[in-house]
Formats: sequence, C-alpha cells, structure tokens
Amino acid sequence: MKVGLFIPCYIDAIYPEVGIATLELLEKLGVDVGFPLTQTCCGQPMSNEGDNKSAREAEMLFVDNFKNFDYIVCPAGSCTKQVRVHYDKLEQNEDVKHVRENTYELVEFLHDILKVKSFPETQFPYKIAIHNSCSSIRGLGIAKPSEIMGKPFNKTANLLNMVAGIQIVELDRPDECCGFGGTFCVTDEAVSAKMGKDKVSDYIANGAEYVVSPDMSCLMHQQGIALKNGIIRLPFIHVAQVLNGGPYKTQEA
Amino acid sequence: MSKKVDIVKNSSDFINKDDVHEKMHDKNLWNARVKRDKIAAEIPEWEELRNIASQIKEHSLSHLDYYLDMFEKNATKRGAIVHWARDAAEHNQIVYSILQDKRITEVIKSKSMLQEECGMVPFLEDRGIIVTESDLGERIQQLDHQAPAHIVMPAIEKTTEDIAALFARTIGTDPNDTDPHSLTEAMRNNARERFLRAGAGMTGANFAIAETGSFVVCTNEGNADIGASLPPLHIASIGIEKILPKVEDLGIFIRLLSRSALGTVATQYTSHFSGPRKGGELHIILTDNGRSKRLGMKDFWHSLKCIRCGACMNTCPVYRRSGGLAYQATYSGPIGIILDPTFDARRYSELPFHSTLCGSCSEVCPVKIDIADQIYKWREIMAEKKYLPIERRLAFSAAGKVFAHPPLFRTAEIMAEKVLPVIPDFVMYNKMINPWGRSRTMPVFAKETFREWYLKNRKKEETNE
Amino acid sequence: MSSTKEYILASIKKNTPTGKHPYPAIPAFPKSNKPILEEFKENLEAAAGLWYEIDNPSEAETRIKQLHPEAKVICSATSEIEGNKDINKITDPHDTADVDVGIIRASFGVSETGMVWIREQDLVVNALGFLSQHLIILLKPEELVRDMYEAYTRVELEKDNYGCFMLGPSATADIGAVMVRGAQGARSLTVFFM
Repeated sequence: MKVGLFIPCYIDAIYPEVGIATLELLEKLGVDVGFPLTQTCCGQPMSNEGDNKSAREAEMLFVDNFKNFDYIVCPAGSCTKQVRVHYDKLEQNEDVKHVRENTYELVEFLHDILKVKSFPETQFPYKIAIHNSCSSIRGLGIAKPSEIMGKPFNKTANLLNMVAGIQIVELDRPDECCGFGGTFCVTDEAVSAKMGKDKVSDYIANGAEYVVSPDMSCLMHQQGIALKNGIIRLPFIHVAQVLNGGPYKTQEA
Repeated sequence: MSKKVDIVKNSSDFINKDDVHEKMHDKNLWNARVKRDKIAAEIPEWEELRNIASQIKEHSLSHLDYYLDMFEKNATKRGAIVHWARDAAEHNQIVYSILQDKRITEVIKSKSMLQEECGMVPFLEDRGIIVTESDLGERIQQLDHQAPAHIVMPAIEKTTEDIAALFARTIGTDPNDTDPHSLTEAMRNNARERFLRAGAGMTGANFAIAETGSFVVCTNEGNADIGASLPPLHIASIGIEKILPKVEDLGIFIRLLSRSALGTVATQYTSHFSGPRKGGELHIILTDNGRSKRLGMKDFWHSLKCIRCGACMNTCPVYRRSGGLAYQATYSGPIGIILDPTFDARRYSELPFHSTLCGSCSEVCPVKIDIADQIYKWREIMAEKKYLPIERRLAFSAAGKVFAHPPLFRTAEIMAEKVLPVIPDFVMYNKMINPWGRSRTMPVFAKETFREWYLKNRKKEETNE
Repeated sequence: MSSTKEYILASIKKNTPTGKHPYPAIPAFPKSNKPILEEFKENLEAAAGLWYEIDNPSEAETRIKQLHPEAKVICSATSEIEGNKDINKITDPHDTADVDVGIIRASFGVSETGMVWIREQDLVVNALGFLSQHLIILLKPEELVRDMYEAYTRVELEKDNYGCFMLGPSATADIGAVMVRGAQGARSLTVFFM
C-alpha cells in the first residue's frame, strides 16, 4: 500500500509538527508514505467562495501529484472534503475519479482503512475536549451529527479512547460550528469571532485541559480567539500529535 | 437597482449592540434546537419520517398542476371561492377587491409568510384598511414597525424589557411591568376588541390537501381560529407549493412540524378548513409569486419543499448570532439565504456568504432540503454574476494562479505574509483593516516548514519520488 | 381569473422537474405500547391540560362549579350539560364573547399528543371553542386513537367543513421565550372523561 501524504499549506507553514506527527504515525503503523514535493493547495479557498475558475488549476495539479498513490491521506477534514466532494467540477477522468475515491482524512484512514485497534506506546493523562470540524462530521461522516437521530458514533473519540490516561469531557454544544468557515472568518469577522468565543467558553466551562481536533484550521481560529482573550493555558493540538505521542511544539506567541 | 443588503455590517451591529440581545437570542434559539433533539429522539422512525416527507413533497411538486387543479375543484365543490394570483400585486389586489366589495375596513390576520412576502399589510394600510396582526409575536413587531425576525418566533430578538417598554408606549401598560404573563394578558384584552370589530379574518395555510380541498392552519394561540370563526369572511392566502395529495399525508407532516419548530409534540391548534362555516364565506387565494419559476431551477426547486418550521434558523450558529432582521428579507437564516435570491439576486447577493457551510441546517430540516448545498450553489451563481466585491474577486483569482504553480507557491510561502490561503494576509484584501487580528492573535509561522523538515529528514532516504 | 390560473398551470408545466418522483410507500410504524388512556393523560398534562374522570352529569356540574367558581356564563354545545346560555339560540358568533366556560364534546382523542378532535357540529357555533375563557371537553375514554396516523384515518375532512385538533389551552412564548397559557384562545382546557 503506497500512501501519498497531503499536507495542506497552512499545516506546512504554521503547524509543521502536525505534518511530522502524521508522517511518523503512519510510518509506525507500517505504511509506505510518499510526499509529492510539488503539492500546493487543494483549491478550497477559492472554491469555497464559489470561484471555481480560480480553483481549477490548483485542483488539476493536485490530481496530477497524487494520481499514482493507492491512498491519499490528509490531516485535515475540510481539505479532504474539498477533494472528495468538490472535485465534481473537474472532468471526471480515471485519475480524478481515483483521487476523489481514495483521499482520506487521517482519522477515517486510521479508523476505517487501517482499522487500528490500539496505540500501545502512547499515553495522554489529561482531560480533553474533542473538536470535530463540520466538514469532518457532516461532510465526511467521522461522527454522527447531533441533528440526526440514531446511535451516536465518533471515530475521533474511538481512536483517542485507545490512548492511556485520556479523559474526554462532554461539551454543552458538542458539534456546534466554531465559526472558522474558511474565508468566513475574515469576511464575517464579528459573527465568526463570537462563535469562536462561545466555543472556547464551552471548553473552559466543562474543564478541558486540551482541545484536540483532526482539523488544525478550526484550531488556528479558536486558539487565536483564546489567546486574544487571555486564555493561555488551553493548548489546541491535532489528533495526530496525541496518537503519535508528539511532537507537541506549539506556536507560543 | 435595489441596494445590496450588507449582512456583515447588520449582524456585526446586532452583536455589538450590547451585552444582552445576541446572548439571549442565541440561548433561546439554541434551547429550541435542544428541545427539538429531545422530542425527535422519542420517535424511533424520525429519520424515515423525514425521508417520506421529503418524497411526498417531491412527488407533489413534480405533479403540482395536477394536484392544484384537484384542490381547486374540491374546494370549490365545498363552497369555497378559489382565486389565483400570479404575483404579489395580483394577490394584494384580490384581497383588496374582496374587502372593497363588502365594504370592510378592518381586518384581523394571523401569521402568513406569504402575505408577508407579498407586502400585503402595507398595501392594505395605504388604502385605508386597518390590519391587525393577531399572533402575539407578529403584533409586537407590527407595533414596533418591524418585520418578523423569525418565521415562527417573530419577536425573538426582543427582550421582555424591550416589549414592556413597547407596550407601555403603544398600548398603555405599566412601564415597570416586565412580567410576560401580564404583558400577554394586556395584549389578549387589547386584541379581543379588534377581533370583535374586524370584518374579515385572514390566515395563511401550513398545508393544503388536494383530495378534499382542505387546508390546515397551525397556531399555538388559537388566533387563526378566532379570526376564522368570528367575522363573516375568511380569506386564506396559500402558496401553490403547500399542496399535499392526501389527508393521510398530514399524519406524517403534523408529526414533524411542531417537533422540528419548537420541540413540542404539536401546536395547540391544528385546524382544518374544508369549506365556509355556517353563515360565513371562505376565499382561498392560490398564489405563485415566483414559485413556478423556482420549480424550474434544477439546483433550487427542492427549496419549495419547505414547511416553514424554522428549525434551520434555530440550529444555525450564524443566524443565532446575527439576528433575523440583519437579513432585511422576508425569510432569514439558512432558508432565507436560499429563498431570498430567487426574489432579487443582486439585493441578496451577500447572503450566501453569510454562512460557514457547517451543514447543520440540512440535517435538521424535516423535509431534507439540501440547504447547505444550495447555499454553496448560490455562491457559485453570485461569483458568475460578478456580484462578489471586486477585492475579493481579485484576491481569489490571484490565489488561484499561485496555487497552480508550485514555484510561485514556494516563493509565496517563503514570503509568508504575501499569499497563503486562509491565513490572514491572504484574505486581507483590504489592507486598511485586519479582520483576523482584531479578534484573534496572529498565528506564528514556523521557522521550518514541514516541507523543509521533510527534505532534511526523509528525502535523502527515498529512492523514488 | 381563469387566465391567471392557466398562466400559473402552464408555468408549472413548463418548469416541472424531470425524473421520477413516485408517491412513497408509507410503512406501518411501530406503535407505543403504553396504556393508551395513561399516555393520553400524560401528554394532555404536558400541554397544561387538566382531566377528571366523571361518572355522571351532576358530578360534571359540581366539578365545573368547583373549577370555575367565578363563571357567570356557561355555554354548552353538549346534550349532557346544560349551562345557562343556550348555544342553539346564538345566531351571531360575536355573542359567544361573554362565555366564561364553554363545554364541547370531542369525538375522539389522540394519545400520542393529548389532542382532542372537535368538529363544526360539536361546536354548533365555531367561535365557542375560541372565545370561551375556559373550556371543558367531554370525551369518552374509549374514544382514543394511538397516533396521528390513526387520527387521520378517523377524521372526515370530506364531510366536515371545519375540524380542529385542540391540545390543551392556548399558549404563547413570544415574550422572552417564557411559556404563557391563555394567549388568545382558552385560558384553560379540562377534559372530562365521560
């Protein structure tokens, strides 16, 4: 099994430790991982705004970079969703179809494809709050959306519960959007900031010591809000860092 | 040309108004969502009901001419007088003619989003007709000269104190009385006289049943029934999309409606009108007002399935922080974002961007309208129509070029402040302000990118890349 | 008028979505297995309705006096209870405006919700159901259906010009999201099982 590692641009530049944790984790699990050096962006920022023309070239390049891998794994839900769902605008040739069908977000890849049953070497003796992004929940189905009736499931929680010492806290609004929303966070600043503040308050009210998410982009927004509001003792980290046991280098201001 | 609604500014004003309104608004609507979850969970077949309701609606809408004709025939047989209106103007003219014909100068009405959409109240008022809203929330908004802020809870943006002050000003209650019970009582007594004076009662309809020519009106206050049972004339405005084929369909829809809307098993009154009451006259106005055209919009006709429960508004994290009036439209929240542009694409061109596309609206919708997907599709249309602000258009087109060319991207990445998706400077198309940094601490760029780390730590081991 | 109808129907025809959209099969959903009368009472109470088991009309009259001691005008649309205002003499619905207690017999109740089904002939004058300050609803305890599916097989919309599922007293939460009973319609609703 040859896996292509897709590291979204903001992880590359701001959270390289998340990329490292993802790569090391996959390697530990015996996966043969390649990292195409000509990768850039999945096209989401433009496409999100409805600007498919501007997104198109980035998308074609993505397909070209990853078409020869069995699976493409990405430590970010919204970028994965972009490839899987929104590449429907491209001409659906074999390469595009292959890339769309085989691009996985990290949690679902570990949970559904590798079917990992334990992380024996790791421990994390803290109370954590999980933030699954909206793209991951409603776009990729890594957890049951709270609106839908039926038996709850949460693949992120399933994986994290395999880590010794971890305690997952319940939130008042477990899958309420944090207000990141891609470009929304700057085009609709006031609403986005208010949603982020409410999210951070929910973590604090329920005693979380860490916030763990498969989506660093939501966390970048939430952490920015937390710090701006003087909340400095609530680290926001990626699920790969917890499952891999690090590296934990965070962006101290 | 109509002026664009500045939803960003409006919602920001709502948040920054004070420390009370937005907080209360968010809390009360979230509670409605929580109640909805709890009561939906009591029905084991909930998800199946949503599926069936969606299919019944899709069936009715794709056989709409057939069922409308059947409805008209049956309603007429029962003694109702059925009118057809192609748009708001024709609808309002029909209402006015009926009233004029009978020399009626005072009307009592219950909630109708269609009449709201048609601007019927100001139309009639301009012609000297006194129109009183009888739903408490609607009346509050009417007294404050505001449109309903929410399709089920029209006055949800107001605190009890706001309403106490409004009632003191308009109907003479004690300004220090902020008890919802006595305020409601004051309005009950105030409205009663108007009910007794009115020459006609007006209602909308939640559902219209083709096989019997009946229509159903759901209220909690009983105000629609007073209006329909007291004056000799009842006029009902019904959007053509309200049609259901059979009486038994109501078993599905009534189970979904109030549970989705308010988290209650049903409204207090679910009233079925199948003909004029003894000694009364019943007029039905079947109104199109853009609906038949919407039916032909491949990506958007599913929005006609809407049963106006407001669940998408209650769940929408953006709506809860923005307030409904911010949308400056008949319909606000997620359903508003996808309906309003069908009336005026330019005026409402910013609405589809006022969403995080979180998708909660689609999952909560009792008739499974793909609301979030439609919001996304409206963005594409607004981009095609070039309704995006020019700064935003240029920024994304520039970004598109950079992302398509790895060397350009590398350069940009190295000069991180120039272009990076999502990260502040990239979207800071307006250099005068920093919408990221005002509310958030800036993220710090790593000394070494993942790519650089990879080249150092892994690349040399690899044989093929 | 007819030209507008033709215009709208033609526009619908032109714009009708393609693809098959058959009327769905509606399965028989599982029923609650709670005792039906208990379930009805529970849901009625949840909607702020009251109930009493009543053996005979004189017990009913005593109970009404006890529930509404201040009531001056009692108007009954039932044969069992008389009241002091004759519904059959009312020719103008406005004349029900002074009714303190209206008495109506419902044809059946729905245990899933606590609703009662009231038709034009049960009301005699429709306004009685909505202008009365308080309502007493007579209901035979054996006249209950389980849920809304059954309820809609029982109603006869093809015959009755008016019918209402009434659930407890009138309510609103339009001021400060606080639940208030007695918004525009009845302030209280009491079911007499008899």
